[in-house]
Amino acid sequence: MSKGILRVWQRNLDVYRQNWKISFMPPLLEPLLYLAAFGIGLSGLIGEVSYGSGKISYLAFIAPALLAINIMNNAFFENTYSSFVRMYYQKTFDAMMATPLSVEEIITGEIVWGATKSVIATAIMMVVLTFFNLIHYPTGLLLIPLAFCGGFAFGSMGMYFTGIVSHIELFNLPFFLFITPMFLFSGTFFPLEGMPPWAQVLATALPLTHLVDLTRGLCYGSFAKSFPLALGYLLLFSLVFYPLALNKMRRRLIK
Amino acid sequence: MSELIVEALQIKKAYGELVAVDDVSFTIAKGECFGILGPNGAGKTTTIRMTYGFSPLTAGVLRVFGLDVSRHARAIKARIGVCQQDNTLDPDLTIIQNLTVFARYFNIPKPLAVRKADELLRFMSLDHRSHSRAMELSGGMVRRIVLARALINQPELLILDEPTTGLDPQSRHQVWERLDNLRRQGMSILLTTHYMEEASRLCDRIIIMDQGRILVQGKPTELIREHIGKDVLEISSPAADLRTYIRLQKMTFEDLGDRLLVYGDHDDHLYRYITNRFCPEGCVMRTATLEDVFLKLTGRGLRE
Repeated sequence: MSKGILRVWQRNLDVYRQNWKISFMPPLLEPLLYLAAFGIGLSGLIGEVSYGSGKISYLAFIAPALLAINIMNNAFFENTYSSFVRMYYQKTFDAMMATPLSVEEIITGEIVWGATKSVIATAIMMVVLTFFNLIHYPTGLLLIPLAFCGGFAFGSMGMYFTGIVSHIELFNLPFFLFITPMFLFSGTFFPLEGMPPWAQVLATALPLTHLVDLTRGLCYGSFAKSFPLALGYLLLFSLVFYPLALNKMRRRLIK
Repeated sequence: MSELIVEALQIKKAYGELVAVDDVSFTIAKGECFGILGPNGAGKTTTIRMTYGFSPLTAGVLRVFGLDVSRHARAIKARIGVCQQDNTLDPDLTIIQNLTVFARYFNIPKPLAVRKADELLRFMSLDHRSHSRAMELSGGMVRRIVLARALINQPELLILDEPTTGLDPQSRHQVWERLDNLRRQGMSILLTTHYMEEASRLCDRIIIMDQGRILVQGKPTELIREHIGKDVLEISSPAADLRTYIRLQKMTFEDLGDRLLVYGDHDDHLYRYITNRFCPEGCVMRTATLEDVFLKLTGRGLRE
C-alpha cells in the first residue's frame, strides 16, 4: 500500500520539479502582497489588536492567518482543480489503474501530494515571515508538520468534491461556499471576540478557525489551551473527509 | 493442451438495468493473438476492462495466468501491459519520462527502467523524440508510445483496446508491424477492433460480439468459410430474373435492394454465366472477407 502512494506522489513531484521556478513564486509573492496591503496599509488605521491578555501589532496578527490560509488554499486547490484535470482531462488515473496501483493508493497519493504542496508553500512563506521577524523559533518549526496535517484535512475535502462534481466549473461552488467565507471569517483578518456570539459559534465550526488558532500559537511561541481541541478538530475533519473522498473516487473511477 | 493465459467463464457485467456483457466465455492460450470484434456498444471494451481488473465482474469467473481477477488484480496487473482506448499519455511529462514514471508504478528500478525505455523507443522508431511531449506528436506516434509504455514491465499478456482506431494507413501499418514482431516473439495478445482487416491480419482466433453476447467464435479463415464461403459475387442493380435464378439454384445470398451479394464457392463458370446472362453492367467477384461475416451476423443497421 505505502509504496504505491509514494509512486503517485513521486509522479506529481517530478512534474512539480519541472515547473518549480513558477510553482514557487505564488507562496513567495502572495504573503508579501498581503503584508504590504493589510500589514502596512491597514495597520496604520488599526494599530494594535488584542490577543489573549496582551496587545500585538496588526501585522503580527494577520501573518499566522496568512500561513493558515496558504495551507488551506494549496491543498484544496491541488486536490480540486489539479486532481480533476489529471483525472478527467488527462486520464492519468485511468492509466495508473492499468498498473499494480490501486484506486486507494492513487487517491491517497494525490491527497498526500496536496498536503506536500501546503508544506512547500508554508516553508517558502516562513522564510519571508522570518525575515520580518514574525515567527518565534523553535516552536515555529512545528508549522511544517502542522502544514501537512492541515493540508491533508483540506485536501481530503477537496478530493471529496472532485469525486462528486460532474464538471470542472462546479468547483466554483465549494470555493464560493466554503473557502471564501472561511478565508474571511475564521479569525483571519479580525479577532472573533468582537463578533456577535452566534457568529463566533459558527466560526468554531469552520476548520480554518482552528488552523489559524494553531498557526498563531506556533508563530507567537505560546501553546494556548485550545490547542488539543483545535488539533483534534483537524484530525476529525480528516477522519471524516478522507474515507468519504476514497468512497466517492472509488465509485467514480471503478466502472 | 497448452497453457491458458486467460479463462473467462460466463462473465457478466451489468450497470444497473443495462447489461453490457452477458454470458461471455472464451479462453486465450499462451502465445495466441485473440481478437474481440463487434459494433459500437457490443461490450468489447467492458470485456477487456474486466480482464485487466479495471471493472469488477457482476457474475462469472475470470482467471488470468490461472489467478482469479477479483482476488489477485494487483498480481495480474504486474504481469500485463495495457493500451487503453483513450490516449492516456501524461501530457505533464516528456516521452521518456512517461515510460520511466510508468515503470516506477511497477517498482522497476530506475537504471533498468531507463535502459528498457530507451530500448522500447528504439523498437518503436521514436528514440529521436524521447524529450518531446505527447502534444507535439502525431496520433500514430502517440499510439506507438502508448504501446511502448505498455511493454515497459515485459508483460506476458498484452491487452489492446482498439489499437489503431483513428490512425492513418501508414501509422496503422507501423503499429501492425510492431504487433507482428511481438507475436513472433511469443507474446500473448488480446485486442479489440472494428477493423476486419486488422483482425484477419493479426488474430489467430476471434469472437464476434453484439449486444453483450458472443455470436461466433473461431479462426478468421474458418469463420469466413463457414458463414460465407470462398468468395462473394456482388451484383449491382440486379434484375428480377436473376433473383429468381439465384433462388432456384438455392444459393445463399443477401438482398440489399440495389445490390445483391451471393455467397458461396462459385467457380469461374458460374461467374461467367451470371455475368453474361444477367449483368450487362458487370458483376464483381471477390474473395470473401471477415467483413462479410461481420455484416452478415451483426446486421447492417447503424449503431448509434
